[in-house]
Amino acid sequence: MDRGDIRRAIKRMAHEIIERNHGLSGVEIIGLQTGGVELAAAIADELADIEGTVLPVGTLDVAFYRDDIGIRPVLPEEVTNMPFDIDGRIVVLVDDVLFTGRTIRAALDALGDYGRPRAVQLAVMVDRGHRELPIRPDYVGRNLPTRRDELVNVHSDGVDLGEMVK
Amino acid sequence: MKDLLTISALGEAGITEILELTDHFVEVNRRAIPKVPALRGKTVVSLFYEDSTRTRLSFETAAKRLGADTMTFSVATSSVKKGESIRDTVQTIDAFGVDCFVVRHKSSGVPHQIAGWTDASVVNGGDGWHAHPTQALLDAYTLRTHLGSLRGRHIAIVGDIKHSRVARSDIECFTALGATVTLVAPPTLLPPSLEGWPVQVSHDLDAVLPTVDVCALLRIQLERMTDGLIPSLREYTEFFGLTVRRAALLRPGALITHPGPMNRGVEIAPEVADASNAVITEQVANGVAVRMAVLFLLLGQPSQLPPLSEGPE
Repeated sequence: MDRGDIRRAIKRMAHEIIERNHGLSGVEIIGLQTGGVELAAAIADELADIEGTVLPVGTLDVAFYRDDIGIRPVLPEEVTNMPFDIDGRIVVLVDDVLFTGRTIRAALDALGDYGRPRAVQLAVMVDRGHRELPIRPDYVGRNLPTRRDELVNVHSDGVDLGEMVK
Repeated sequence: MKDLLTISALGEAGITEILELTDHFVEVNRRAIPKVPALRGKTVVSLFYEDSTRTRLSFETAAKRLGADTMTFSVATSSVKKGESIRDTVQTIDAFGVDCFVVRHKSSGVPHQIAGWTDASVVNGGDGWHAHPTQALLDAYTLRTHLGSLRGRHIAIVGDIKHSRVARSDIECFTALGATVTLVAPPTLLPPSLEGWPVQVSHDLDAVLPTVDVCALLRIQLERMTDGLIPSLREYTEFFGLTVRRAALLRPGALITHPGPMNRGVEIAPEVADASNAVITEQVANGVAVRMAVLFLLLGQPSQLPPLSEGPE
């Protein structure tokens, strides 16, 4: 995917979010640290262009909810910022890459400590497969078949594939 | 890192890592449910040979908010009364399978000794006149939230320096972060030698106050009077108490800290303790978050680093 593909995917996902939720009433956007934050902002910008509604964007760092604490070095990146109440709202979680699903599991647990959303939906730029938990995305930029040991790097100029550093 | 025994073992980088991690736990503590499951299944035991309700509760709150289980070993009602040695006590508790001891003892060096007897982590919750690292970290954290960096700042530590583990740890922490420290105390409440301490000394609080960014007060332990180190509390207050008149000598924006419990009317005037530049209750709140950061760093990381397979992307 190049820069244009990413831009078009963001536009399409924004339209899908609006269509699925019959507008943006009660919808909130939350980007996962760190890869999902920029993408969440880009989706919110697109939503504002289409619907004229500026949604607040939260950020969530799930480090303290991960299931590999004590197995891998786990440290948070940026302080979580949830500038709104999520009770009864539709929360769209945004991340750059969906892989094993463990980050999303941690995010769902974390959200539960902030309140009880009416629904949680998941938007990702790349779904690379290899799920280890029963989690599926609602909005996908691109399905990208990968090997388990490949690295997927999403940035605003496109998506790179690389070998994982062993 | 297995243990936290002194500030000097951390160095500037270690201190900064803890203070930056603390930001995350301050956010956790603001939530409706101020709790994360990061240390689920871990057990933290507080082993307090010296009374300290506030420090013990602060550590236990921190452990619980990380999802850890806590045990309290209360010396007053325990086998220590029957003459059990510290080592036997530690080995017994160790056999329950605990992950961390938080130790307070009136003798310097006890936490260090215990760290050598157990594979569990040991956090120094205050030992003798030696060290109280988490107090220094929460002081530094509180100051940073107001002043930004401590680099180039001037901090006065006022009171009973001689008997104060808080003063020793504060000095190490503040100077490691680039601050200048001036100790202000009567000669009887200073250690016999300050050789090697990276500090200035003054006996004139009025002269020091206009030059500082922070006035860090220490508690006057009332038993020091019976030791003959100060003639009377009134005389101490006269020369070293932060009275309303003295507090007015501080520059605008200068902060006042106190580790608690305060003797209002002795080292600090009641009006000064409640003034807007006194950050004393913030210190208490930040103490929980700082201790969460310490426990997470000690107990939440792999003891042996596995071959680093990069992130979950």
